[in-house]
Order: sequence, then structure tokens, then C-alpha cells
Amino acid sequence: MITIHYFLILSVLMLFIGIYGFLTRRNTLAILISIELMLNAADLNFAAFNRLLFPEGQEGYFFSLFSIAISAAETAIAIAVMINIYRNIKNNFVEHLDKMKW
Amino acid sequence: MDYSQFLHMTDELSLIAVIVILFIADLILCPDRKSGKGVLNTPLPIILLLAQTVFMVTLGVCPSYCTPTVEAFGGMYQHTPMMTVVKAVLNIGTLIVFFMANGWLRREENQIKQGEFYLLTLSTLLGMYFMISAGHFIMFFIGLELASVPMTALVAFTKKNKESAEAAAKYILTALFSSALLLYGISLLYGTCGTLYFDDMAARISTSNYVQLAALALFISGLGFKISLVPFHLWTADTYQGAPTTVTSYLSVISKGAAAFVLFVTLVKVFAPLIKDWDLLLFWIIILTITVANIFAVRQNNIKRFMAFSAISQAGYLVLGVMGGTAQGMTAMVYYLFVYLVANLGVFAIINVTEQHSGKVLISDYDGFYQTNPKLSFIMTLCLFSLAGIPPFAGFFSKFFMFLAGFKAGFPVLVFIALVNTVISLYYYLLIVKAMYIKQSNQPIATFRSDCYTQIGLAICAIGVVFAGILSQVYDFFDFFSYSL
Repeated sequence: MITIHYFLILSVLMLFIGIYGFLTRRNTLAILISIELMLNAADLNFAAFNRLLFPEGQEGYFFSLFSIAISAAETAIAIAVMINIYRNIKNNFVEHLDKMKW
Repeated sequence: MDYSQFLHMTDELSLIAVIVILFIADLILCPDRKSGKGVLNTPLPIILLLAQTVFMVTLGVCPSYCTPTVEAFGGMYQHTPMMTVVKAVLNIGTLIVFFMANGWLRREENQIKQGEFYLLTLSTLLGMYFMISAGHFIMFFIGLELASVPMTALVAFTKKNKESAEAAAKYILTALFSSALLLYGISLLYGTCGTLYFDDMAARISTSNYVQLAALALFISGLGFKISLVPFHLWTADTYQGAPTTVTSYLSVISKGAAAFVLFVTLVKVFAPLIKDWDLLLFWIIILTITVANIFAVRQNNIKRFMAFSAISQAGYLVLGVMGGTAQGMTAMVYYLFVYLVANLGVFAIINVTEQHSGKVLISDYDGFYQTNPKLSFIMTLCLFSLAGIPPFAGFFSKFFMFLAGFKAGFPVLVFIALVNTVISLYYYLLIVKAMYIKQSNQPIATFRSDCYTQIGLAICAIGVVFAGILSQVYDFFDFFSYSL
């Protein structure tokens, strides 16, 4: 029997792997992937909670659907921004995004 | 389904109408220098937004139409007159931003993109509307994202500028990170409450549930990124410096103010049982925000970066109204937002017009500004005095009411620390005044005439800064509506 704990452990792991990746990766695309991991952790939570704890409603499913759609829009614009960076500095590593500091 | 409930969303629907009209008009009135088209491009958004503001205020605020709370879609959309007041304040700010944007958008490289600027700005405004009136976390989340995704496009508006691109990257990555944290917090709330309606959630939140405390912390950090409170402020200075000045001014006032108001509403509506916890959390966040931002502001030499730290510190004062969640705090917060809005936009309008004419953005460039541009330096001084909170100007009264509300809510220590920080902030605001009036320069910024739109915007700002404090009707107006959320 798969209980809610398995899902929660998985989603917390995904969240913290995402946060770790966000803080340590040097490529902006890798940072974006880490953020997607965090968003997916939340989506997993919604679906699991809905299925196992509150099966009478649909709120969690709908929320994860909406959040997937929104994160797709966010990713699209983030990648557009990265292409723009690449055009400007021929590179998309965060070390080179250092024109403005302190 | 009963479609007539759409009519409860007059604010949002009228703004959508404005966006659609502008979208179609942009196809027809595309800027073309040879045929002289595109002349209406600046006045049209201003007139439409003004009409929409008047429409919204007459329908939502006039006492004869006044109903305490309107609900639509089973409580997903909730609306009180106070929310219309906040939306109207945001609209006034957007109008001033449009006024000052004209000179920048008329430049040759931006002419082709004029329409996009207005559409994107109004889309973020629409997101803030939804966020403010949300009664359900889906609505709230969509509003939040609608407010931050087009904003990225605005920050990266000058595509070929390296700083603008860098600012956009920093903005989108931190915005995504913060919304992921926020989303995780909401998912934990859903797991413990079983519902996402604001009204039903308050009854199911208890102080002994640690998962809900974690959700509260994630939620406040997610919104803290948007308001740029201190542990989450690192993107602010870079984004403000790199973004086009007009967009910076929009970011620093409108999106910050909307997020602060939403923080108040959600904390009071949803997290009401956890009031002790969020009071403690915000207590330290506010102290950190005001102090750290003040210390960093002193050592800046780029004026936009300086205004970024000033804006972080002002955000700390703004959130002071949330403490305790009282009606007086709400009034003080909206009043503070209004006064901060006119003063900050006034300063940014001058920075913008100076940058357009001379390309100079350093504080040292403003040496001897009074000799060449006395009128502009006078208005800038008024606005800076208001930001610092010097008595005859509105900033003093807004700070006074804010401290009064904090004191009544039972946080004298916090008010004292904020008061000490006001004195520090006076020092760095006066540095600019000193540069303009006292310091001499070999190459001062040449004398220039600002365009008539900027002049109108500056006039609004100057009137607001001088009269919003002296006329008590302004405060009473906000106070009249703060009775309920």
C-alpha cells in the first residue's frame, strides 16, 4: 500500500534538490531546470493530497493543471531571456552576468 | 452557470476592455514616421486608463452602489470597496508611469515597440487586480504570475542593452524561485486544510500544526521576494539598475504596493489563527529590511541603484502596516502606498528625463543640477523630502500614521527602530539634495526642457506630495473604506 508519506518524502526531496541546484548551478539553463523540479514537487503534492486525502474534490488536480500551464509560460519567457543574454554576451553562465554588483 | 456574476468583476472587465481596445488600436495606429501615424499612441492609453479609473471608482466606491462584499464564482472572487480604492491608487501610479514613458518611447529605437509597452504594463496591472480580489488560491496564484511574467518582458525591453538582459535574467530566475516556494507552501496548506477557499481555510488552521507553520514561512518568503523584503531582496538592486528607468519606477511602486496589500489581505483572511507567528516573523523581517537597505543605500553612487535600496527600505515601512492586522494598519498602509507612489514616481520621472537628455545616471552627475535646471531640482527636492518624511510634506504624515498604527497594534520597539532608521534615511536623501544645490561641477547636466507629458506627470506628483498630507480628506477617504476586508 502506497501511503501519503512516500509522496511527501519524494516531493520534499525534489524541492530540496531543486533549491540546491538553484544555488549551485552555474548555467542559467540548469538553474531553470532546478526551478522546474521545485515546481513539479509542488504539483506532485497537490495531486497526491487530492488522490489520497481528499478524493471527494478536484481542487488539487485543477491546481496542478493550472500550475503546469503557468510554469510552461514562465519557462518560455525565461528561455527567451536566456537567448537574449546569449546574443548579448555570447555566453549563458552566471559568472558572466556580473556587470552590476553591490 | 449564471453568467451575470461576471458583472461583479467590473474592475477587471473594464481593464480587459482597455487592453483589447489598445491591442486593436496598435494594429491600426502603428508608428510610422513617414505617414505620421502613431500620433495617438501615447494619448490613447492614457485617456483609456483614465476613463477606466473613473468608471471603476464611480461604480465601486460611490456610497450608493456600495455593498460590503461582493462574491462571484462561489467565493473565488471576492471584492470589497477597499480593494477598488487600492486598484484606483495603482491606476494613478500607472498613469504617471505612462506620462513619463512618452519621452523614452518616442526614441527611434523604441518607436516600433510603443504598443507592446502599454499592453505589457496593463497586463501586469490586470494580474495585480486579480491577485488583490482573489478569494481562492488558484485565482491568487494566476494573478501573481500574470503580474510577474509580463514584467520580465518589460525589464528586458531594451533588447540590445546588456544590462537590461542581465537584469531580466536575475528577475525571472528569482521570480520563478519565489513562486516555486510559494506554490509549495500553498500545496502544504491544501494538504492540511483540504480546501483552498480563503473563507474556509481560516477555520482549519491551528497554531499547533507545524506543517501549516512551514506553509506560512514559505508563503511569506514567496511574497517577500515580490515586495523585496530583506532576506529576499538580492535581485532588487540589479534589476532596478538594469531595467529601463520607466519600468524600474513601475516595479518599485506598483508591483510592490500590490504585493504588500495582498500580503495583508491573505495574512488576515487565511492565516488569522497564526497571528502571533506571522507577527514575530514580520517583526524581524521589517527590522532587517529597513536597517540593511539603509546601510546599503548610503554607499551607492548610481542613482537608480540608490533608489532601489531606498525602495527596499520603504517596503519595510509599508509592511509595518501589516503588523497586528488592524483596520488602522490597513488605512495607514494604503495611505503610505499612495504618498510613497507620488513621491517615488516624481523622483523617477526626473531621473528618467535626465537620462533621456544627457544619459547620466550617477549621483555625482547631479552636482550643480540646480544651476542648470532649477525647476526640476526643486520638484526632486520636494519628492526626496517627502520620501525622507520631513514635516510639511505628505511623507511625514504617512510615516506618522504608520508609526501610530504600529504603536496601537502593540509594537513600540519596532516603531522605535523604524524611527531611528528614518533619521539615517534622511542622511542619504539629503546627499542628493546637497549634490544638486551645494556642490559645484565643471560639467553640470545641460539645461533642457522636458516634454509636456513628463511635465503633467511631475505636476501630479508635486501636487500629491504637497497636498496629500495637508488635506486630511485624503486620509479620511482611505479610512472610510478600511472597515472591512
